[in-house]
Amino acid sequence: MEKFDAIVVGAGPAGCAAAYTMARAGVKVLVFERGKYAGAKNMWGGAFFGPLMHELFPDFWKEAPVERFINRHVISFLTPDDSLALDFKTAHFAHPPYNGFITLRAKFDRWLAGKVEQAGVLVATALEVDDLLLQDSKVKGVKVGKEEFPADVVVVAEGANSLLPLKAGLRKEFSPQDMKQGVKEVIRLPQKTIEERFQLQGEEGVAMEFVGSCTRGLPGGGFLYTNKDSLSLGIVVQLEALLKHQVKTLDLIEGFKNHPTIREYIRDGQTVEYSAHLIPVSGLKMMPRLFADGMLVTGDAAALVLGTGLILEGANLAMASGIAAGQTVVQAREKGDFSPAALQHYEDLLKEQFVLKDLHTFREAPQFLENERIYQAYPQMACEMARKIFENDGKPRPKTYQIMKGGLQGKLSLWDLFSDAWKARRAI
Amino acid sequence: MKIEEKLALNKFDIDREVHITLEEAKCQGCDLTPCLYACPAECYVLRESHVTFSYEGCLECGSCRIACPKDAIRWVYPRGGFGICYQYG
Repeated sequence: MEKFDAIVVGAGPAGCAAAYTMARAGVKVLVFERGKYAGAKNMWGGAFFGPLMHELFPDFWKEAPVERFINRHVISFLTPDDSLALDFKTAHFAHPPYNGFITLRAKFDRWLAGKVEQAGVLVATALEVDDLLLQDSKVKGVKVGKEEFPADVVVVAEGANSLLPLKAGLRKEFSPQDMKQGVKEVIRLPQKTIEERFQLQGEEGVAMEFVGSCTRGLPGGGFLYTNKDSLSLGIVVQLEALLKHQVKTLDLIEGFKNHPTIREYIRDGQTVEYSAHLIPVSGLKMMPRLFADGMLVTGDAAALVLGTGLILEGANLAMASGIAAGQTVVQAREKGDFSPAALQHYEDLLKEQFVLKDLHTFREAPQFLENERIYQAYPQMACEMARKIFENDGKPRPKTYQIMKGGLQGKLSLWDLFSDAWKARRAI
Repeated sequence: MKIEEKLALNKFDIDREVHITLEEAKCQGCDLTPCLYACPAECYVLRESHVTFSYEGCLECGSCRIACPKDAIRWVYPRGGFGICYQYG
């Protein structure tokens, strides 16, 4: 068997970024992808930030299968009957290099893997890496079925449900507390209908997030993103909360689709796909060791996901970690040293860059975001106050202050309010 | 929309080899049955007080593996190229 310098497991954003970085520096790279094609096993909500993709592939939006760029973000509180939204639209995000994009993984990852192939990488699809090839506890390659593929270094980019670092002893089992489960439907609608319904011009797109009754008050939220001629609609909820309250995301997404506000957005739409995935959300608390002798762990497999409550970002961190892993391998290869001491460089790079800086800054956010008041009391209170402010029931009007005071009663004590505000200030 | 209708929209290349198996000895006597709520494809069904599993609609998310408190789920990925094959993702 021909020996490769590096083997990458997984052709998602992390794996592709790593492979591309290495190949451009002359490293001989083999990528294994278990899907029939890159993206076949992958799903996400659909919104991602562009700067690192732009760094690797300048002006990628001109050729990549991007559905729309995002120049409008909407965050809504939901109760079963109401919705109260913060609607942000900006001209700043509406021109190159843009800020965020909406994409579908099966198309986007395939394009990305194609770019990596063009850079000289062998991308072997429909092959599942079963195990690591170990020699004196050093990683020396991978096993695919009965076949062995030796390499100087293995970059693990398997995604959220990553098993190789577990086998290599780099982490313990994750717990349901560490994971959110996301489910999504892609709902087809004519392009014209989408543009009219969401007031979009040309390539403009909107990213909508929902908090409240769509998760029955469980930690998580709903999302709706506009593709070119379909909508990506989904629910994300902490796995532990689902189990504890015996709730299924399957039922939540059906309820979400029937909410009066959502129902209008998706009217006459036809569901064409249903998908599900895990998202690692405990940040530094769950992060595995990032490297071992002859091995680096990147992206979701390394739990490099940033959740601040207002954003939940993984792909950008995945690409950053892929690039850093690639750079580390290039340097290690020059020295001919793939020992942990040499691969430590990877973690150092992540610490210098935004990846581990952000995870450190927001290290208390995962615990803060488990507070169920965020998903129950606050959305209810906000919607009720709005209803009372606008309601005319033919009776004398209370002052706005009294409406707000009334809204708090029975839901929140002043202590809760101060304590949550204080924790929010610290955590996010 | 029922789960059967949703899964019927998806493209699967179903392997004859089963990639998830339940160890019945560990599984029996579990009162919590979190697998029923963890699986977004309802692959786990309660029949006469014991859980049965079918792997055909599995979306390979891995939730059940993490949710099972009895360590009763033997979970590997389907062989390369088999299983769920997203067209949109």
